[in-house]
Amino acid sequence: MNIFDRMMSLDRRWVFLLLAVVCVVTYVWPFSIPIRTTDEVENIFDFIDTLKEGDYIFLGIDYDPNALAELHPMTYAIAEHAFRKKLKIIFATLSQNGPGMADQAIRDITDSVKLDRTYNGVFYPGRTIVNGVDYVFLGYKPYFALVILGMGQNFRIPFPTDYYGTPLDSIPMMKGILNYDQIKCVVDITAGNVADAWISYGQGRYNFPLALGLTGVMGADYYPFLNSRQIFGLMGGLLGAAQYEKLSDNPGPAMDGMRIQVYAHIVIIFFIIIGNIGFLASRKKRMGKEVK
Amino acid sequence: MKRQIPLALVFIFGIFHIFQYFVPHESSEWLYEFFLKWIYIIGIFALALGIWSLIRVSWDKVKHRRPNWPYALITLGGLFAMIIFGFDYFRHFFTAEGLQNYMFRAFFDYILIPIQSTMFSLLAFFIASAAYRAFRARSLLATLLLLSALIIMLRFNPYLGFFGDYMEKTASWLLNVPNLAAKRAIIIGVGLGMVATSLKVMLGIERQYLGKD
Repeated sequence: MNIFDRMMSLDRRWVFLLLAVVCVVTYVWPFSIPIRTTDEVENIFDFIDTLKEGDYIFLGIDYDPNALAELHPMTYAIAEHAFRKKLKIIFATLSQNGPGMADQAIRDITDSVKLDRTYNGVFYPGRTIVNGVDYVFLGYKPYFALVILGMGQNFRIPFPTDYYGTPLDSIPMMKGILNYDQIKCVVDITAGNVADAWISYGQGRYNFPLALGLTGVMGADYYPFLNSRQIFGLMGGLLGAAQYEKLSDNPGPAMDGMRIQVYAHIVIIFFIIIGNIGFLASRKKRMGKEVK
Repeated sequence: MKRQIPLALVFIFGIFHIFQYFVPHESSEWLYEFFLKWIYIIGIFALALGIWSLIRVSWDKVKHRRPNWPYALITLGGLFAMIIFGFDYFRHFFTAEGLQNYMFRAFFDYILIPIQSTMFSLLAFFIASAAYRAFRARSLLATLLLLSALIIMLRFNPYLGFFGDYMEKTASWLLNVPNLAAKRAIIIGVGLGMVATSLKVMLGIERQYLGKD
């Protein structure tokens, strides 16, 4: 076996090892990498940034712990941005393990908003976020398409009470909030086909502004909806979350994780190049032999 | 009758829901809400059936010591533990449920989250290995796929200098033009296929859901 054959058929454990070393080193070594923003993410940030105090947004936390690394930073960045702007958030989840994700995110974000911070040159004094006044968590209901349709009629149809058992009519911030008509936008953060249901049954039928936060592998699938303006913004994977963090001047886990992702991609590209050099060189050699 | 009644029900409810979608009248909305509740009730029966089926299959595996039976035992243990702690029998009977319950939350935070995150993060290694083996310039199409993948991966790489801007523009073009055209064609095709299949089911042409009997 010559060098080119070796380059083509490396033991996959070498790939695993190098990738693991690079991930660990870049995780431990603290440095930051510049993030460039795209129109898809800027649209979401600008939309939320221009809303007025007291406006309502709906944040769908439709993912399970397996997509936590990519999608949790999006939830954190958007919810903190909204709370700092004194917007009111309706959280709900259409994913089975979503309540745990939402509960964890709400706990962390409300703690973070208690601290004084300056973002993009604007000082935001810390404040206490109160359940029922600043946000409501509706919880989880199965059959996501039906829940999305039901909420279009009245939030009380699929969710007569919030996650903690309080009837929606007794929650101060839900007074006069009937359906999507009173909501400025829906941001759905998801790792599954709930996004399709939000587009077809939600935006398609009730015509509200919809933005999506998706895992990296899903991103490319939803560009047609961006182009047709069925969604006004799209955040794809950790990169999308990092862009939102950069726009909101609130570096968090996504910007932190981007250096690992960039170097992991470099490792993958390195192996692809090695494999192709080996492949092309051995093919040339083989063809040379055939000519002789 | 065993076949005619289900076929008639599917036809009536299918046609009703098509028309209901386009009729914004109050009574139509009321009927729609009414049927939404039915679906939840049916779903609860499906859930009970699913749990019973899981218990039966897992118990059967344990009882006959079939291959990998210890996993079935863990499945059963996990199922019953989450049900028990979900209702918090040990501290505040029927008061603190779900994530308000300490044990339920601890299981979620310290078992489920790490397990699922670990499983998903392993993908990075398999994708790296698969990319190394699969992305070979074997033909023109394979070369195009390889180049597209490289451009998309490199589009936000901060170490490319001025070349990075071109990479980003090319990646944006790839996503917004060829990708969009292909995806749109697929989406429209799938949509038309769904309409055709739904019509076949409603009209009784497609009857596989009725089973063999």
